[in-house]
Amino acid sequence: MEQQLQQLKEEALEAIASAADVKSLNGVRVKYLGKKGPITDLLKGMGKLPAEERPKMGALVNEVRGEVTAELESRMAALEEEAVARKLDAESIDVTLPGTPVKTGNHHPLTRIIEEIEDFFISMGYEVAEGPEVEKDYYNFEALNLPKGHPARDMQDSFYITEDILLRTHTSPVQARTMEIKKGKPFKIICPGKVYRRDNDDATHSHQFTQIEGLVVGEDIRMSDLKGTLDRFAKKMFGEEREIRLRPSYFPFTEPSVEMDISCFKCGGSGCNVCKKTGWIEILGAGMVHPNVLRMGGYDPDVHSGFAFGMGPERIAMLKYGIEDIRHFYTDDLRFIGQFRRTEG
Amino acid sequence: MKISLNWLSDYVDIEGVEPAELAEKITRSGIEVDAVDDRSKGLKNIVVGHVLECNRHPQADKLNICRVDVGEEEPSQIICGAPNVAAGQKVVVARPGARLPGGVKIKKAKLRGEESHGMICSLQELGFDGKVVPKAYASGIYVLPADARPGEDALALLGLDDTVLELDLTPNRSDALSMLGVAYETAAILSRDVKLPETAHEEAAEPASGHLSLRIDAPEANPLYAAKIVRNVKVGESPEWLKARLMAAGVRPLNNIVDITNYVLMEYGQPLHAFDYDRLGTGEIAVRHAAEGEVIQTLDGTERKLEPHHLLITNGRQPVAIAGVMGGANSEVHDGTTTVVIEAAYFDPASVRKTSRELGLRSDASTRFEKGVDTNRVIEAGERAAALMADLAGGEVLSGTVLFDALDKEPKRVTVSPDFINERLGMKIPFEEMEEILDRLQFPYEAVNGQFVIDAPTRRVDISIPEDIVEEIARLYGYDEIPATLPVMESLPGGLTLYQKKRRSVRRYLEGAGLYQAITYSLTSEQESQQFALETAPVTRLLMPMSEERSTLRQSLLPHLLEAVTYNTARQTSSVALYEVGSVFLGKGEDGLPAEVEHAAGAVTGEWTGGGWQGGQKPVDFYTVKGIVEGLAAELGLSGKLTFRKGAMDGLHPGRTADVLLDGERVGIIGQLHPSEQKARDLKDTIVFELNLERLLKEKTEPLLYTPVPKFPSISRDIALVVPKAIQAATLQTTIRANAGNMLKDIRVFDVYEGDRMEEGLKSIAFSLTYLDPERTLTDEEVSEAHCRIVAALEEEGAQVRN
Repeated sequence: MEQQLQQLKEEALEAIASAADVKSLNGVRVKYLGKKGPITDLLKGMGKLPAEERPKMGALVNEVRGEVTAELESRMAALEEEAVARKLDAESIDVTLPGTPVKTGNHHPLTRIIEEIEDFFISMGYEVAEGPEVEKDYYNFEALNLPKGHPARDMQDSFYITEDILLRTHTSPVQARTMEIKKGKPFKIICPGKVYRRDNDDATHSHQFTQIEGLVVGEDIRMSDLKGTLDRFAKKMFGEEREIRLRPSYFPFTEPSVEMDISCFKCGGSGCNVCKKTGWIEILGAGMVHPNVLRMGGYDPDVHSGFAFGMGPERIAMLKYGIEDIRHFYTDDLRFIGQFRRTEG
Repeated sequence: MKISLNWLSDYVDIEGVEPAELAEKITRSGIEVDAVDDRSKGLKNIVVGHVLECNRHPQADKLNICRVDVGEEEPSQIICGAPNVAAGQKVVVARPGARLPGGVKIKKAKLRGEESHGMICSLQELGFDGKVVPKAYASGIYVLPADARPGEDALALLGLDDTVLELDLTPNRSDALSMLGVAYETAAILSRDVKLPETAHEEAAEPASGHLSLRIDAPEANPLYAAKIVRNVKVGESPEWLKARLMAAGVRPLNNIVDITNYVLMEYGQPLHAFDYDRLGTGEIAVRHAAEGEVIQTLDGTERKLEPHHLLITNGRQPVAIAGVMGGANSEVHDGTTTVVIEAAYFDPASVRKTSRELGLRSDASTRFEKGVDTNRVIEAGERAAALMADLAGGEVLSGTVLFDALDKEPKRVTVSPDFINERLGMKIPFEEMEEILDRLQFPYEAVNGQFVIDAPTRRVDISIPEDIVEEIARLYGYDEIPATLPVMESLPGGLTLYQKKRRSVRRYLEGAGLYQAITYSLTSEQESQQFALETAPVTRLLMPMSEERSTLRQSLLPHLLEAVTYNTARQTSSVALYEVGSVFLGKGEDGLPAEVEHAAGAVTGEWTGGGWQGGQKPVDFYTVKGIVEGLAAELGLSGKLTFRKGAMDGLHPGRTADVLLDGERVGIIGQLHPSEQKARDLKDTIVFELNLERLLKEKTEPLLYTPVPKFPSISRDIALVVPKAIQAATLQTTIRANAGNMLKDIRVFDVYEGDRMEEGLKSIAFSLTYLDPERTLTDEEVSEAHCRIVAALEEEGAQVRN
């Protein structure tokens, strides 16, 4: 019987080893360990043994059963693992195929530039002021020291609606309106918006374009404050290593008036096609608020002074992104707008 | 303004300063130099030639074979095609090896079998602008004066050994519209002196006043009129140097008399006019305003109708010039003129400006008068012209000046303290340095009680207030010296207004939803200006549009947005999703201005989802766009407040258009373009929306408060209904809500079917209803009870409830 048991064990172990899958292994389990299997039979036959042999034999059968069971379980685990691996392998995909596109739009490049400028000045304590695009001649010209017949009106041929109403030619009327609203109190504002001039649309002109102007009015505002503000702005917008320089210029609403150049951000000042070999790029116009403008806005030029500056987001975007034709901003070609999605830096 | 440096050095010493350096200095101190044009650049081996013989080329009708003495032992044979070439002329010859502008190289050549050793040049070939070339030489070679020596360098003779600075003047610096003005500026920059032109001349004993009487009827418009008479002039070509200078300044030489008036105009910035005394005919000059309907033929041959506020120079009977703008043809100097009246006058800037604008006539004279000429140089300029006419045209100047003078020539007095200057600039410029700058500018001043009392020279019409002196000091001291500081003031909270913040959220939301931001033009055609308008009002039209296409302000953003969609689809971008935030203009608002109302609009066409390799493409439809608008309402806290109903609008599909309502008021529209509109715009199915954004952003919303997350489970029940097609989902929902009691938390449509499997005219619609009591767990019984009530109500309204 002992011999029989030993043989049974070897047979079982061999069957376990050669089982190729879970199903056949389960067959092995039923065959050897099942209720009708040979080991069970042996245990059932124990009663026929002499009483003194029973404990020894019982232990032996249990030992064989334990060994076979353990082997079976270990084999079972291995086969299951293999099965899972096969399934996973079958499920594998081509990870180099493109992902499902997430469809989102993005800002127009001008909005991107304008918001960047707004955010810089907001961080410096400025408010964002807005005003109408159809404006009174008074706010567009007269309140800005441009009385009727002023030669500087030549510079900005305008779209008139009536003798006294026109499409604003700059965002400066917002400055005049803000001074009226602030009633003599100090303030700092930035005014973005659309403006219009009688120009034929071509690569460098557009009858509609955008502007951002800034105005600071208070007591003892100095030209050095203007320079310091513009210097910070230039560094923030075009890079910390930018230098600025001021050149005398003329605007009817400021005195003194200046143009601000920044050192070329492409070549760093050594001269290239962006800066037309000069090392400098003209970015904006600025100046100290003309006393007539302060006076008309209800501020006493003996007490108050201020500075103002203005720039064109189109020009800044063209310089910054290398855009060659201003008309791109107004054709709304998705192949153009879609390029201004990503973050920079 | 073009500044010849050769000419400029008549008045100020610029020795030792390179043109580029001078240009940089002028630019940095206030007048922008646009270009530095070295006129001799690229020119080489160009000499005077003497045409000894000139014969027709045997093989070519239009060519001549010339033998030209170019200063060498043997004359050169040169083939010349110019119609005006002739034996005996002194001409400009580009010899073999010569270089001409544009990199043209002259080589020996054979023309129709004949050798040509060089080229006889026109002025254009030497780089002159055709507009300044004297008419006689405009379509041929240039002929030099008889005393030019063969072989001599022709560049100096033509004034091409010169550099010209092109100034881009700001409107305030009209002083720099003259060589003298630029000389003062240059002198201030370089700390050098100014040498004034010679005005002295001999005068005949006979007084001018014996030949000319003067009457000024409009002294406000013409406070100064000075006339000189020069007789026995010989009209002819000007000397080479004068022609060269005029051409360098961009003026076409005409004859010595006119050239002299133009020369003095450029030199002093004082426009002059020369009348033919005999053609004037009356011995009288009378200045008056035009009569109603009066007409004059100007020098350019054009007949011009005048208005009563236009100032005229007349001979006492008829107009001979439009004052300060242009002379008349009837009194023009011509080849046979012997006696000339030189007019030197001051005309009111505003009057000249108005006249020149209205007549569309801008001249070198009017641009100077309208900015205000130097009151103290009017008479002097007349003297200068008389001296030049005596010198260059052999004229005899009659003694004295026929003069009317009521002009205020006092300089403007400006008082300013050094402290004020330094405070405004944020600098500490020493007093002595300010004094030095005023000296360099040649501004007469006195220092009284620590203040500068300055008499601003009348040539500088731009100087009148203390701030102007601040600028003068600063620009010559150097803007680089200004320190960089920040304003010292009460610190103010900056930031966006609530409205501006919400607008930014709207943009970000719409972009997140898949729309790209467009910016289109506000001006459109009058015809298109009201298409798709939510609310129409009188149109706002330009007085003088540049084209009908851009004549009227828009009342809807959609027409241009749709144009942009077509632009894209026509360029292989078949799926387009654009939005715009911008103003529409509704006429007759407050203060005579149109009301500007900010709108948001969108237009979407093509595929909305899918499009990758996984398929699943779904074209955009009404509900896609409605979903975007509903999402926007949620973004703005207006969910529930914003409602929709069947709407209508021209250009939109009558069955696929919804009005968007806020508190019962239409604030927007969503719809598919009408098929005919789509066809006209060459678009496939396109869905649009437009919202009165301002109205939405200004709507006050409830404060954002947290609602407790439910602690108890909700129960869902579905209802599937079969109803006539015309029954709207909203109607059914209203019935459901009205009968559900307060346990109903949410209704969701989860299926709609109308098709083959349905009976004609019917559709099936299925709702999922969620019941919830935040305080307890609901029982099946109470939900069933509510559900039964709903079913009963729906059945009563004719819906079949499917099970």
